[in-house]
Amino acid sequence: MDITVKALDEQTRMDMLQRMLDIRYSEEQIQGLFLANLVRGTTHLCDGQEACSVGVAWALKPGDMMTCTYRGHGHALAMGISIKTLMAEMMGKASGCCGGKGGSMHMTDASVGLLGANAIVGAGLPIAVGAALTSQVKGSHHVTVALFGDGAVNIGAFHEALNMAAVWKLPVVFICENNLYGEYSPLHTTTAVENIADRACAYNIPGLIVDGQDVEVVHAHVSAAVERARAGDGPSLVELKTYRYRGHSRTDTGPYRPEGELEAWLQRDPIHILRDRMIEDGQLDAVEFEELQQATERKVAEALEWAKNEPFPLLEAAYQDVYAGGR
Amino acid sequence: MPEMTYREAVQKALADELRSDDNVIFFGEDVAKAGGAFKVTPGLYDEFGGNRVRDTPIAEQAIIGAALGAAITGLRPVAELMFADFIPVAMDQIVNQIAKYRYMSGGQFTIPLTIRAAQGGGAGFGTQHSACAEAWLMQHPGIMVVSPSTPTDMYGLLRGAIREDNPVFVLEHKMLYNMKEDVADNIQPMRLGEAQIRREGGDVTVVATQLMMHRALEAAETLADEGIDVEVIDLRSMVPMDTETVLTSIKKTSRLVVVEEAPHAAGWGGDIVSLAANEGLYWLDAPVIRVNMGHTLVAYSPPLEDEIIPNANRIAQAVRNVVQR
Repeated sequence: MDITVKALDEQTRMDMLQRMLDIRYSEEQIQGLFLANLVRGTTHLCDGQEACSVGVAWALKPGDMMTCTYRGHGHALAMGISIKTLMAEMMGKASGCCGGKGGSMHMTDASVGLLGANAIVGAGLPIAVGAALTSQVKGSHHVTVALFGDGAVNIGAFHEALNMAAVWKLPVVFICENNLYGEYSPLHTTTAVENIADRACAYNIPGLIVDGQDVEVVHAHVSAAVERARAGDGPSLVELKTYRYRGHSRTDTGPYRPEGELEAWLQRDPIHILRDRMIEDGQLDAVEFEELQQATERKVAEALEWAKNEPFPLLEAAYQDVYAGGR
Repeated sequence: MPEMTYREAVQKALADELRSDDNVIFFGEDVAKAGGAFKVTPGLYDEFGGNRVRDTPIAEQAIIGAALGAAITGLRPVAELMFADFIPVAMDQIVNQIAKYRYMSGGQFTIPLTIRAAQGGGAGFGTQHSACAEAWLMQHPGIMVVSPSTPTDMYGLLRGAIREDNPVFVLEHKMLYNMKEDVADNIQPMRLGEAQIRREGGDVTVVATQLMMHRALEAAETLADEGIDVEVIDLRSMVPMDTETVLTSIKKTSRLVVVEEAPHAAGWGGDIVSLAANEGLYWLDAPVIRVNMGHTLVAYSPPLEDEIIPNANRIAQAVRNVVQR
């Protein structure tokens, strides 16, 4: 694939910056919700990986689809789930995107193409293959992207999905957010290759290694793979090199990370990379960015307050949606 | 009336649904060009082409996951898993994905998906190719399960399953593929969740499915000569289950035997017993007996396989035991 990274127009950059800030501030608030006892169970935050979610979502067209993972708040917001319905879902409220039945790990909204965030590692890949099969059978030219972490590439479903998609030349793009850790284990202790994209040769499909911290770079590469799939040329494996600022889940502080690693990645923060580029190009100044941050913080706080006051589902809901047709 | 085998019923039901709805597709291992490992699906690839009838890699997770993905995005897929013993290979997709996908999304998706598999022992396929799968599947709300026992039911229930807007497992008993029956000219797609009384009787209710149901009928003939009048209920649909037909029969006969081609532990026979205990206890005149494989597996050696899987003699003896109490 021949890929050149071109500067996106000012409005697109501004929209991407805004969405990355939405994700960043939402994740910060969600951590606090546990302390306030408003959210139960566990959660997996994605701050540090915002350029992946947003770069991928902006490469899709209406009608395109996505499966993603339990580290999925960023994917959900990037695809267009509102902060309000995300927060309501976090708290198990009726107005959440899944009526409160999904929670943190299952942000889903079919109306924006998000076919589901999956809490089983690797399980979303075969489902994405099926969505792409629908496109191929119907000749609809929609593309499906499957997002997953580096921890998913060693599970059987990964292999089965990539092979079937390659054999059938399906319009699906497999996108690995390689954040260097599968739960608490560093990649090199669990995975025989350093670059996940090297696995592509086993399926005779293109493999792309991409800087996952630069949203314009992500967007350009994923767009190329998506358009290749749309043209009927089959799947690709795209590896986004990125980093999660926090531990695996709520209770993990990441003590296994080498000293200085987090600090080094903070130097390549995806929001700062785009901000600095826009300032350099005369599209933004420091004061405007500060205002943008404050406005986003307020917006997220308001969404949170709104969600807190929303009602829980009626108890009848416990027995609804098991089967279609009211069974 | 035309004659049809159980095997032909599968092929005809698939062909008729593929013909009537362009959204129906069918795929599995060797189901297209080769016509299936049990030669159940010949001719479908030729008639409907490789876009809608596909051979897959031997990759059960991908087959079942792709079927789910296709079902939630506008198709009405039918996937085959060949031997039911391969169901556990895809168990994550079945238990965590298919069963839960609608519920945990708050009802955003309908899942019009059918999964077929050949199950059961008696044919010498050995320990890893002879299991019955009902109990593995019934504990997952969101999934439906049918176990057709006759060519007519195979045809009608498979068409009913494909038209159902929910995920349905259609379990085909491999010992029944050659069973022939005179069938009606235009069997309609059947509603799931209705049991059928295969033999009316007043002394004992025997509940069974598939091969065990046929063996129960055989036992009933023997017992009739002894003056014992057996009512045989073919459950047909495991989820949803027609408890009303079972209860009505228990009320009439006051005696119950449940026959399963499966191990005893956590089998569906326990659900029938629980139903009888909860809602029919005061009608019962004798303890309920479950006839099943006990706590062992299906062996290859013919005398062992015959010993393990309940036969008409064992069923008849169980009925005598409840009658004599």
